[in-house]
Amino acid sequence: MLIDSGSPGGVGTIGITLTINGERRELQVAPWTTLLDLLRERLDLTGTKKGCDHGQCGACTVLVNGTRINSCLTLAVMKDGAEITTVEGLAGLAHREGTNSLHPIQEAFVEHDAFQCGYCTPGQLCSSVGMMNEGHAKTRDEIREAMSGNICRCGAYTNIVDAIEDVMQQGGAR
Amino acid sequence: MTVQISTAAGRDRFVGSAVSRVDGPAKVTGLAKYAGEFAAPDLAYGVVVSSAIAKGSIRSIDASAAEAVPGVIKVITHENRPATSDNPEDYQDAVAPPGAPFQALATNRIVFSGQPVALVVAEDFETARYAASLVRVDYGVVAPRTDLAAQAPEAYDPPMKRAGIKPPPEPWGDAETAFDAAEIRVNGQYRMADEHHNPMEPHASTVVVEKDGTYTVYDKIQGVSNTHDYIASAFGLKPEQVRVLNPYLGGGFGSGLRPQYQLFLAMLAAKDLGRSVRVTLTRDQMWSFTYRSEALQTVSLGADRSGKLTALRHDAVQGTSSYEDYQEVVVNWSGVLYDCDNVKLTYSLAKLDTPTPGDMRAPGAVTGVYAIETAMDELAYATGQDPIALRLKNYTESDPTEEKPFGSKALKECFRQGAERFGWSRRTPEPRSMREGRELVGWGMATGIWESMMMQSSAHAVLTADGRLEVGNQTGDLGTGTYTILTQIAADTLGLPLDHVTTKLGDTTLAKAPVAGGSWTAASSGTAVMKACRDIAEQAFKLARGMENSPLANADFERVVFSNGRIEVTGDPSKSVALADVLKATGTQKLEATGEAAPDKDFAQQYEAYTHSAIFAEVKIDEELGIVRCTRVISAIAAGKILNLKTARSQILGGIVMGIGSALHEESMLDHRIGRFMNHNLGEYHVPVNADIHDLDVIFVDEEDKANPLGVKGLGEIGIVGVAAAISNAVFHATGKRIRHLPITPDKVIGEG
Repeated sequence: MLIDSGSPGGVGTIGITLTINGERRELQVAPWTTLLDLLRERLDLTGTKKGCDHGQCGACTVLVNGTRINSCLTLAVMKDGAEITTVEGLAGLAHREGTNSLHPIQEAFVEHDAFQCGYCTPGQLCSSVGMMNEGHAKTRDEIREAMSGNICRCGAYTNIVDAIEDVMQQGGAR
Repeated sequence: MTVQISTAAGRDRFVGSAVSRVDGPAKVTGLAKYAGEFAAPDLAYGVVVSSAIAKGSIRSIDASAAEAVPGVIKVITHENRPATSDNPEDYQDAVAPPGAPFQALATNRIVFSGQPVALVVAEDFETARYAASLVRVDYGVVAPRTDLAAQAPEAYDPPMKRAGIKPPPEPWGDAETAFDAAEIRVNGQYRMADEHHNPMEPHASTVVVEKDGTYTVYDKIQGVSNTHDYIASAFGLKPEQVRVLNPYLGGGFGSGLRPQYQLFLAMLAAKDLGRSVRVTLTRDQMWSFTYRSEALQTVSLGADRSGKLTALRHDAVQGTSSYEDYQEVVVNWSGVLYDCDNVKLTYSLAKLDTPTPGDMRAPGAVTGVYAIETAMDELAYATGQDPIALRLKNYTESDPTEEKPFGSKALKECFRQGAERFGWSRRTPEPRSMREGRELVGWGMATGIWESMMMQSSAHAVLTADGRLEVGNQTGDLGTGTYTILTQIAADTLGLPLDHVTTKLGDTTLAKAPVAGGSWTAASSGTAVMKACRDIAEQAFKLARGMENSPLANADFERVVFSNGRIEVTGDPSKSVALADVLKATGTQKLEATGEAAPDKDFAQQYEAYTHSAIFAEVKIDEELGIVRCTRVISAIAAGKILNLKTARSQILGGIVMGIGSALHEESMLDHRIGRFMNHNLGEYHVPVNADIHDLDVIFVDEEDKANPLGVKGLGEIGIVGVAAAISNAVFHATGKRIRHLPITPDKVIGEG
């Protein structure tokens, strides 16, 4: 599938291939288009949020090859060939067979009420999975520290830590 | 996600339990869509150009370079802006303060920094953003007034009072004389910082031009009715030409109460171009409208040696804009909280060249209660009293400002349960007396208070033949849990399983309801939903009784219960009939009803309604670094009936977190030379992050209230009120240093304060 992105302004576009939530996509993107804007404005993957566009809030966190990054600070053309997972694809990470179930971290967020407005939630979820993949954080204090790149203005922090701890005790992320 | 419900079938099966958010799955999968995320064919993108000056005028504006960029559709400025209503009253939204609301691109006059001066509309976002950087503006600069302390001598009593905001009561007794004569006197000046709401979702509006020429508007607003009526009047449209939706709000905290300029600009462009337009503000533009204006406060307390108050004065001077007299209740709380024979409360405004301040979570109470509750802690030390004992000594069962009893006030129980859970009895009162390793430890407490309100609201409910129920109204769910509690109330009223009930909110095609704010939504929309469902219950019962061989033939409505999808005779489950069967047997496609809720006037004549809290905070301070860590907060809340233990707890946790921000982190810093908030980003405006938040605990104290049939008093604001005072008092206990200026940053802990 070819999608033009942010083409005008005489800057032209560059062809890249991304695997997004398991689906391989061939895209024509302008060099000034961020991965975040590509997802939200061109691919209708609005689950990934724009909170600041400056890498200060973490709402745009996605997984690139399993590593959490701020998609607002990443130009789409930099990630040619990469595997991207957004909140829309998290369940798919845990359930390769394509069931409708949620990823354990999604279930834990609902159970522990780890959000209110929901706007930072996709970033918190992707960041949680990325953090668990990193494997450094073991204690509540370490989880707090490692999750401090994701701001929640509704103040669900203690519930977020509860949810992550719960999943870590179940055996961690996938 | 399934949650076990402990109570047996019958009334209140879900209400009062801890069911998970019904909108949870949508929010954790990314399916919940916010205002700036709705797609439209041929959507154009608008980017706002913000004023570089705070005051003056635009001498000239050159958009030619922007217009020359391929993909740019139009640059709208005050010079080519299409006409809208020329009557300033048409821009007054439902919650506007007195004054003439700001109109974007109306003239060349600049009245605040960051004011929109142009809208660049382009085929895509990147092009619009790039072209916006090419708009050149030549300004005539006038020195701005943004320093509240410098403007305070010009402060005035606002001539027009803001609707719903009680001005200070008339003084009683003689506070000045009593203060001068008091055995113990405490007198302090208290300051906070300007704060910005900063919901995670930046303000955004998507205006969709429909084929029939009507407009579908997705707007970040706490109640779609406000946007709808504003657009209709400002743009001279008929009500039926505009539909406004906002199913989800990425946080509001008050910033979404009034329609903001991105909505006006998106609508302006869409109407002008005949094309759908989206305008999303940047994070720094979130500092260009509405904020919690700081106040200069003086509190003077006189008491006898036992700590009984003999004089109470509380004065506040607060900033407003040059064009509106924004007002909030700042000083009245002191008069409501304590029993004292000589009280004088005063409040005035000073004009500043900033955008109009606006309601931010517990507006006024956060500000005023910080001052009075810090002063009470000072009085506790001055009289050698325990802070709780001092508050009990001056406790009042009636509201002295209205001379009416409280409908309910379980504050004493908040003190008791909060203190017990916190371990308050182990506190040694002397400052600097508690230590852990290299850190000083401080324990402080404070009281919180918020008015319990109700607004005229309606709700519509439809029960269909498959036994499913849909309820809804126009109000918004800010993340507060409104979808969930309304679903619980509806399910219980008709005895249905939760998953048979769907709640719809945030759409002007639904039943009329006001903006969500003031902690009034649960009481107002909740009661309306309950009444609509009760009406349906009555209709269903009448149909059931009339059925052939009806098991309810001899029953009357008061003697049946609705449970498990059935109507059954109370105490005799053998006599029952399924709701779905009633509709089928009587050939009824659906039953529907609208419920109306309004404040109970008889109750309001007899009683005053407030929620209360007791907050206990622990801080640990490394004096050499000046860093304050808030390691523990326990909040005991008296707020009537708790509808959902899980979402209610989250509401209070969120209030505590924002209160910690207020106490220790949040500060929008104005450079008075240029009149601009300088730290307009989340890297430099510090809101609490996960590592700042340690152990938080919430206690809901039993409280029975009769202001509305649900017994609900509201939870949105009470969680934050008093938190900053409790922390500030803990800092004094830890260090012996009374810092009367928030936030308590390391420079103040190390320096002079």
